[in-house]
Amino acid sequence: MALERSDVEKIAHLARLGLDEAEIPRTTETLNNILGLIDRMQAVNTDGIEPLAHPLEATQRLRADQVTETDRRDAYQAIAPAVENGLYLVPKVIE
Amino acid sequence: MHRLTLAQIARGLAAKDFSAVELSDALLARIQQLDPQLNSFITVTADQARAQAQAADARRASGENGALLGAPIAHKDLFCTKDVLTTCASKILHNFKAPYDATVVEKLAAAGTVSLGKLNMDEFAMGSANESSHFGAVKNPWDLSRVPGGSSGGSAAAVAAGLIPAATGTDTGGSIRQPAALTNLTGLKPTYGRVSRWGMIAYASSLDQGGPLARTAEDCALLLGAMAGFDPKDSTCVDAPVDDYLAALNQPLAGLRIGLPREYFGAGLDARIAEQVLAVVEELKKLGATVKDISLPNMQHAIPAYYVIAPAEASSNLSRFDGVRFGYRCENPVNLEDLYKRSRGEGFGAEVKRRIMVGTYALSAGYYDAYYLKAQRIRRLIKNDFVQAFAEVDVILGPTTPNPAWQLGAKSADPVSAYLEDIYTITANLAGIPGLSMPAGFVDGLPVGVQLLAPYFQEARLLNVAHQYQQVTDWHTRTPAGF
Amino acid sequence: MQWETVIGLEIHAQLSTRSKIFSGSATTFGAEPNTQASLVDLGMPGTLPVLNEEAVRMAVKFGLAIDAELGRTNVFARKNYFYPDLPKGYQTSQMDHPVVGKGHLDITLEDGTVKRIGITRAHLEEDAGKSLHEDFHGMSGIDLNRAGTPLLEIVSEPDIRSAKEAVAYVKAIHALVRYLGICDGNMAEGSLRCDCNVSVRPKGQEAFGTRAEIKNVNSFRFIEKAINHEIQRQIELIEDGGKVVQETRLYDPNKDETRSMRGKEEANDYRYFPCPDLLPVVLEDSFIEQVRGELPELPGEKRARFESQYGLSAYDASVLSASREMAEYFEAVQAACGDAKLAANWVMGDLSSLLNESGIEIEQSPVSAQQLGGMILRIKDNTISGKIAKDVFKFLAAREGATADEVIEKKGLKQVTDTGAIEAMLKEMLDANAAQVEQYRASDEAKRGKMFGFFVGQAMKASKGKANPGQVNELLKKLLEG
Repeated sequence: MALERSDVEKIAHLARLGLDEAEIPRTTETLNNILGLIDRMQAVNTDGIEPLAHPLEATQRLRADQVTETDRRDAYQAIAPAVENGLYLVPKVIE
Repeated sequence: MHRLTLAQIARGLAAKDFSAVELSDALLARIQQLDPQLNSFITVTADQARAQAQAADARRASGENGALLGAPIAHKDLFCTKDVLTTCASKILHNFKAPYDATVVEKLAAAGTVSLGKLNMDEFAMGSANESSHFGAVKNPWDLSRVPGGSSGGSAAAVAAGLIPAATGTDTGGSIRQPAALTNLTGLKPTYGRVSRWGMIAYASSLDQGGPLARTAEDCALLLGAMAGFDPKDSTCVDAPVDDYLAALNQPLAGLRIGLPREYFGAGLDARIAEQVLAVVEELKKLGATVKDISLPNMQHAIPAYYVIAPAEASSNLSRFDGVRFGYRCENPVNLEDLYKRSRGEGFGAEVKRRIMVGTYALSAGYYDAYYLKAQRIRRLIKNDFVQAFAEVDVILGPTTPNPAWQLGAKSADPVSAYLEDIYTITANLAGIPGLSMPAGFVDGLPVGVQLLAPYFQEARLLNVAHQYQQVTDWHTRTPAGF
Repeated sequence: MQWETVIGLEIHAQLSTRSKIFSGSATTFGAEPNTQASLVDLGMPGTLPVLNEEAVRMAVKFGLAIDAELGRTNVFARKNYFYPDLPKGYQTSQMDHPVVGKGHLDITLEDGTVKRIGITRAHLEEDAGKSLHEDFHGMSGIDLNRAGTPLLEIVSEPDIRSAKEAVAYVKAIHALVRYLGICDGNMAEGSLRCDCNVSVRPKGQEAFGTRAEIKNVNSFRFIEKAINHEIQRQIELIEDGGKVVQETRLYDPNKDETRSMRGKEEANDYRYFPCPDLLPVVLEDSFIEQVRGELPELPGEKRARFESQYGLSAYDASVLSASREMAEYFEAVQAACGDAKLAANWVMGDLSSLLNESGIEIEQSPVSAQQLGGMILRIKDNTISGKIAKDVFKFLAAREGATADEVIEKKGLKQVTDTGAIEAMLKEMLDANAAQVEQYRASDEAKRGKMFGFFVGQAMKASKGKANPGQVNELLKKLLEG
C-alpha cells in the first residue's frame, strides 16, 4: 500500500518535522521505495515466533533509592537556547 | 611516527623513544596538514590533547606504565565529551557542548589515552557512506573520490590515513565493520551490552554498540579492554567480567571450526571479493582451522527487519531534539508547533528525517503489528539461525561488504541501494553477537574486508583469529598512497 | 428519561521515593525551578534510565493490598508525544504488561453498604514537568523538577455510578496509599491526581455511552462537583438532541464547569512500543514475599479488628480506620486510658470538631493522644466530670497545660467529692429555694422527678460543675426527703 501526500503530511506532523512543500513529492517517493523494501518482510512466515525486543533477553537491574544528583542547573542551562529565572522558555503553552 | 600501532606506541613510550606530548603534537600537525583532504575531524581539541599528553607523560615518569598511557586516539562525534562540541554530525547539535563525558570517553581517559578530537560521521550514525554529515562528506584515503563507508567514516578515514593510530566508533548495522572494510582497518563490534551506551547518543538503542577501529587486531584488543565493562548507568550493559583480550591473541588456531554461510556468497557479492575471502579461509586452514558450510536461512530478511526496528527506535530517540533545552532552535518561532517543526525540520538532514518518518509510520496506530512486531519476530528468527550455527562452528566467516568503496554520491539519490550494502553486517546487530572486520586484500586498489562473527561475549575469539591471521599476512600493513 | 451514570477513574499517585524513578535526582516538592533536574530528567542526548527499586516495591505493595494479579514480567513502554514539559518527547510508562493487574477495593457508602470496585490495572510511569504560564514576554517557562517523579497510575473499572461513589473510591485509594506509606496523598501539591471518565446511558441499557475525560481534578470536593457538572452537561446535551464527543475536558473550579481542552486529543497516536533502554522487570517470588511481609494492617483488616477487639460499632470502626493516622491516634488514646468506647467518642467527637474547625490534620493535633488518654483517665476515676472534661480538653488544645492533671490543678477544676462540703453547699442552695422545696415535698412521685432535675441543675451551677454528680444526687435526695 503506497503512501500518499496526505499520509506523508500526517506522519511529518506526528514527528513534528517541518517539510518544504517542494520536498513532499520526492519524500513521498523515497518513503514508498523504503516501504517497498520493508514490505518484503510480509512474505516471511513468523507464526508462533515471539517478538524479540532485546538480543540478550536479560532482565532489568534495579537501582537503590538514593539521591545521587546535585544541582547543576547553571551548567545545564548554559547550553540552552532560551532561559529566564531558571526556567526554559518556549512559545506560550495553551491548555 | 604516524605509522605506529598502539602496541608499538606503548613500547616506544615505555622506552622513552618519544614522549606522549611529542607524539600528539606530531599527529596534530599531521591532522592540520592532511585532514582538509579527508574531512575526518569535526573538532580538533589540541589544547586538551596537550594537557592530557602532559599528564600521561607525568604518570609515566612517576612509574605508571599502562598500555594506553599517552596513546593518541579520537572519538566518533556521538560520544559525549564534557564541554567539547558533540554534534552527531547534525545541524541540530551544531552548538552542543555536552555537559558530561560518555562512559567510554571516561574509561579511555582514565586509561591515559590522549583525545585529539571528534570525528566526522553520518548524521546520527544513519548511513553507510558518511555522506549525510552536516559537516560534509568524508573521503576515503585510498581514493579521495570514494566514500570511506559509514557511519563511523571519520574514524575509519582518520586511522587509515595515519592521523591517529586508533579511534572509537559505533555500530548499529555495520557502522564500525563496514568502514573498517572499506579502508583496510580492523574494527570490532562487541556483543550488545559489552560496552556502556551511557553518553553515546542513541540511534537505535537495542542495536547500538561502541567499539574500536584500528590497524591491527592487537590494537583493537588493547582498546576494547579499556572500553568494555559493566556500567550501572546503562540498564542494558552486562555485568560480566571482561576477558583478557591481549592474552587470548596468541592462542593457536588448531581445531578452530569456521562456518561459511552459503547465503553470504550468493548473488550481489562482487566475485573478486568472494575470491579474497576464500583466500583468507585457505590461510586460516593452514593455521589449523577446519571449514564447514553452514546456512543462515533468514539472512535476507534482516534488511527489511532492520529498516523497521532501527528507524522505529530512532523516531522516538530523536524526539528529544526539540529546540528547548539544548541544540539548534529555529529563529523566532511563532508558536510551539512552529518551534518543533522548524527546529527539527531545519536541524535534521534528509536521511535522518526519512528514517524518523519511516519509524513513526511503523509505530503508528494500525501498522504496529504488521511492521514493528513482525520485524521483531524476524529478529528472533535471525538470532535462532546464529544459535543453531554456533552449535556446530566456533566462528562464522564471510565478506564484510558486497562491494568495495563506491564513488561519492553514487548511491545518495537512492537510499534503498545504500541500505542493501548492509546485508552482511546487520544480522550481528539484530542478534546482538560480536563481529569483526579485518583487511583481506584489495580489488582494483581498494581494500576488501572479511567479517568474523562469534557467539555472545566471544570477542576474545574474534580478536584471536584476526591476530593470528595478521601474523602470517601483511594486508593490514598496507597504507594508502599520499598518507 | 431515567439516566444512569458510568464512571471510571484514573488516579495518579506520586510515589514517595527519595529519588526519581529513572535517575538519582531528589523528588522534594517546592525546590527552585530545574534544580532537581539531572541529565536524565532533562533528556540530555546519550543519557539512559535505570529503574528505582523502591518504586517497584511500592507498586507491588499496592498490588498486594488490592489483591491483584502481579505482572511477574512487566515491561516499560514509550508513549510518544511532543510537549514542552516532556523532555524526551516520550513518557516512559507501561502499556501491555503493567506491574499490577486486575484487583479490587471495597468502599463504604454513606448508608453503610459496602461496594466492591474493580481495579483494572496499576502501572508505573514517570511524571512530566510543569509549564508555568505567567508571562515571560509572551513565552511559557518550563520547570522540569517534577519530570521523572515516579507515578503509579491506578485505573478503575467503570464500576462507579455516582459522584458520591467516585469520591468514596478516591478517599479509599487515598487512605490505602497512605496506609501503605507509598504516597503522601497531598492533593494540593499534586501528589494524588484524578482523571474522571464520565458517561451516561439510559437506565437499563447495557452499552456504555460515549465518555468524556475530565483531567486533573485535585480535591475530593472538586471531583464531586466536576462529575456532577459533567453528568448534567451530558444529559442536557443528549436530551437536546446532541451527541457527546469523546474528548478531554478540564474542570474549572472557579466557574464550576468543564470545558473542552481543544487540540489535545487531535489525532493522538502515541506510538507505544517497548522502551529499548529498559529491560523487562521480573518480580521474583522472594521479592514479592519480602514485600508482603512489609505490608501494614490495611484499612479493612483494621476496621474488622476494631469491631472485634474493642467492641466498636461498624460505623465507629470505619470512621476510626479511615486513615492510618486517625487509627494510630485512636489506638494510642485507647492504650493510655484503657477505655476504647470513651477513646472512640472523644476522637470522633471533640477532637474531630477541633480539627475541622482549625482545618488541620490529626498529625498536627494540638492535643496529643497521651494528653487525651490521660484526661479520659481522670473522667474514669471521677476526678472530673464529662462536662468539665470538655473544658479541660479546650485548655489542653490552647496549650494551657502539659497534661490534664496540670490543667485541672491550675484551673481548679477538680471535682468536689467531700460529702460534708457538698452537703453544706446543697443546704445553702435549698435554703435559697425554699419555695421550690415546699412545692417538691407537696408533690407526688411523678412530678417530683421533673423537679429533682431542677435542684441538680441549681447544685451544679452553685458548684460551678465541680461537685461529683453521683454524690449530689444521693445527698440531694436525702436532704429533700427531709
